[in-house]
Amino acid sequence: MPGGSQGEGRAGGLASAEGLAGLRACVHCGICLPQCPTYRVLGEEMDSPRGRLYLMRAVAEGRLDITDGYTRHLDLCLGCRACETACPAGVPFGRLLETARGDMERRRGRGRPGLRGLLLALFPHPDRVGALLALARLYRQVGLQRLVRARGWLARAPGLAAMDVLLDRLPAAVPVPEYLPGREPVRGRVGLLAGCVQRHLYPDVNRDTARLLSLAGWDVVTQARQGCCGALDLHAGRLGTFRRRARALTAAFPRDLDWVVTNAAGCGSAMREYGHWLPDGEAAALAGRTRDVSELLADADLPLRPLPLTVTYHDACHLAHGQRVRAEPRAMLRRIPGLRLVELADSDLCCGSAGIYNILEPEMAGRLAEMKVESIVETGATAVATGNPGCLMQIAAGLRRRGSAVEVVHPVTLLARAAGVGEP
Amino acid sequence: MALSAQVVSALAAIVGETGIVVSPEGRMTYECDMHTFYKGAPDVVVLPTSAEQVEAIVGVCRAHRVPIVPRGSGTGLIGGAMAPAGGVMVSMTRMNAILEIDLASRCATVQPGLINLWLTRAVAGRGWFFAPDPSSQMVSSIGGNVSTNAGGPHCLKYGITTNHVLGLEIVTGRGERLRLGGKAPDPPGYDLVGTAVGAEGTFGLVTAVTVRLLHAPEAVKTVLAAFRSVVEASQTVSAIIAAGMIPAALEMLDAAMIGAINAGTGAGYPADAGAVLLIELDGPRAEVEAQGVRAAALCREHGALSVSVARDEAERALLWKGRKEAAGAVGRLTAAYLLQDAVVPRSKLPDIMREMAAIGERQGLLIANVFHAGDGNLHPIICYDDRDPAQLARAKEANESLLRACIALGGSVTGEHGVGVDKAKNLPLQYGEADLNFMYRLRGVFDPRGLMNPGKLLPSHPACGEGFRPARPVLPEGAWV
Repeated sequence: MPGGSQGEGRAGGLASAEGLAGLRACVHCGICLPQCPTYRVLGEEMDSPRGRLYLMRAVAEGRLDITDGYTRHLDLCLGCRACETACPAGVPFGRLLETARGDMERRRGRGRPGLRGLLLALFPHPDRVGALLALARLYRQVGLQRLVRARGWLARAPGLAAMDVLLDRLPAAVPVPEYLPGREPVRGRVGLLAGCVQRHLYPDVNRDTARLLSLAGWDVVTQARQGCCGALDLHAGRLGTFRRRARALTAAFPRDLDWVVTNAAGCGSAMREYGHWLPDGEAAALAGRTRDVSELLADADLPLRPLPLTVTYHDACHLAHGQRVRAEPRAMLRRIPGLRLVELADSDLCCGSAGIYNILEPEMAGRLAEMKVESIVETGATAVATGNPGCLMQIAAGLRRRGSAVEVVHPVTLLARAAGVGEP
Repeated sequence: MALSAQVVSALAAIVGETGIVVSPEGRMTYECDMHTFYKGAPDVVVLPTSAEQVEAIVGVCRAHRVPIVPRGSGTGLIGGAMAPAGGVMVSMTRMNAILEIDLASRCATVQPGLINLWLTRAVAGRGWFFAPDPSSQMVSSIGGNVSTNAGGPHCLKYGITTNHVLGLEIVTGRGERLRLGGKAPDPPGYDLVGTAVGAEGTFGLVTAVTVRLLHAPEAVKTVLAAFRSVVEASQTVSAIIAAGMIPAALEMLDAAMIGAINAGTGAGYPADAGAVLLIELDGPRAEVEAQGVRAAALCREHGALSVSVARDEAERALLWKGRKEAAGAVGRLTAAYLLQDAVVPRSKLPDIMREMAAIGERQGLLIANVFHAGDGNLHPIICYDDRDPAQLARAKEANESLLRACIALGGSVTGEHGVGVDKAKNLPLQYGEADLNFMYRLRGVFDPRGLMNPGKLLPSHPACGEGFRPARPVLPEGAWV
């Protein structure tokens, strides 16, 4: 076999008893295939969940080394976990992928960091994201973005070009109070995860979330000094860094909270996995207390005014597949008087965002964005709601490219408008 | 057999660099379909996007005498879509368009890679459906369904794939693109469509299929009945058919399958039952209501522990999700299994179920059952641990015993999955030498060089057959056909 030398090319984590058991659960039935975004685009077995599992198993059983080809097929996976939803055999694909990437990461070792390394050094740090956005604001204000685009300077750097497109939205900072008391009768106390990207790119979603939770009778704690949940490191196979971040985040929240609420599907999904990767102690307890905001607001007692809108809903992968939360966000939207919710075809097919995937794999991400935007436009809705900042950016960029005026919003934004606590 | 650089570049010139897979990792994932027992990686995989490309691919392979293996979604259960002799695998996944929907003529023409269920989805809004529904229908391709002449739960009433294929376009092993049949029923002359359906790629590559569409029935009723044992459930099946009813589907699952399916799909079948029957009735509302009452009464007469009716479409969909994902849910019972596809006359169901229990006990293996009871089409799932060679040997033995038992009861070695590499050796149990030799000659008419999916469908080694000596393909190319 071509590829990695002995000792670094062989699997560590995948070859463990747990890894093998997960891999052996796959009976090769293929029910996952049509649910897989990369298979939908390419139609190739090695870029399907079944094919990837087959390759992972070959590595785990020593039939294949961790070759560049292997790495390529696993890198092209979005980690959307739609295959897990589809799988009747219960194959834990997401965990296997993360384990496989951990093995790959050890092999990758200390090579040049590249764009991927740069992004992983950036996003899990809210302060660095903030600093970058300040620069990006400047980049736009002095007209540099217009110049760069007009001259096509990023044409040969598709990753940077993708990033440039995503940076079209640079809102001003919106403060979220560290403590917001709940409306009487108070039901309990929740912590709010601010999120590395969410707090800078969608600060209004955090503000609206806190206000709605408070209106629903929850005391809301949003510490200023909370770090990153570690989702990006987990998906990249940087398991050591992920565990460190998970422990730090756990320590940042008071222990007496009823729930820790997220409004970013990717963060919530990673936090709910803490129990698996850090089975002992507080992190596992935090995983058990993590809830998506829609789970707390779907049936909350809120005074709502009519909002005459036709809205469609895109299932963020890490909400629908990662957390199995599908009904609550829809219920949350349906309870808004006057709002008509229309279903989106393939609503749970990935939009191509997938963390930093759209910057690293702009071509595949672009194809998926086009497919998603096409389905959205077909619904005739004037707004599309989705519960994850990555999806919000990706879909907005896709709609802009198509010249569509469909509004892209977090469901919380619509609920806040109806409750009269959102933006004017 | 490694392909020459000349062949690879000729193929790449046809499908483009993004339409060809040559990497060892890529090819490895094509070495088996759902029947993972048989493995054989192709030397190259091509993914054509048009019939013209398919024609050109066959031309290159003919010129260089390279074997061709067609592949749809790779959900087959007979090792049909693997490459025992290497060569070129033609993956049809990018030829998945619906070419035409003609409701006035009650038909649609599709490319072979189209997923079965996607056709029904495309016409369901207008009240139509495509009837053949193999359990894999959410994944399997119509081209694959045609090649294996696939069945499915609802084939009891509606017939199998061949009853729904009106026309075929195939590129034969001679390199010609033929148009067999068409939209109009009953074309003059030989029924070549009927001959080509179920050929498993040994005649050529299907590039378009014209299929019949049916109007959805006015009413559907799905009954779930639980029994103490598979024998009681089997007796009920015979009673329902003997009462003159032809349910749309009549499916049975045993206790082991019930557990796996409940865990895997949340279908919520009665957990304490020894067997359940899933009975679906469809047609005009009044008829469906009357038959529902009658079927439920027959279940109770035969000792049903409970009988319930799906209250709405969501409940019905969940019951069917459980049934259709059964083969995947088996992953919860075992890492490896042999899934059999044999048939007995319906009246012999109680006998074969008793026999099967005895075989499982004798070999010390779990045999789970999920099958089309109405057709007597069994799908015993023989579970074994593939890390233990002794268990594998016992599983194979159980498998052969089962087939012989089915034949002894007047049955068949395959119901709907096809023959592939898996059952080729079993055909002599059912056909005489003259029958098999004729099939060889027929194959030779379409594929004189023996390049199309070699090693499948017909037994190729005398040792594998019971005294059968297969004839070589006898027709020289350009003979009298």
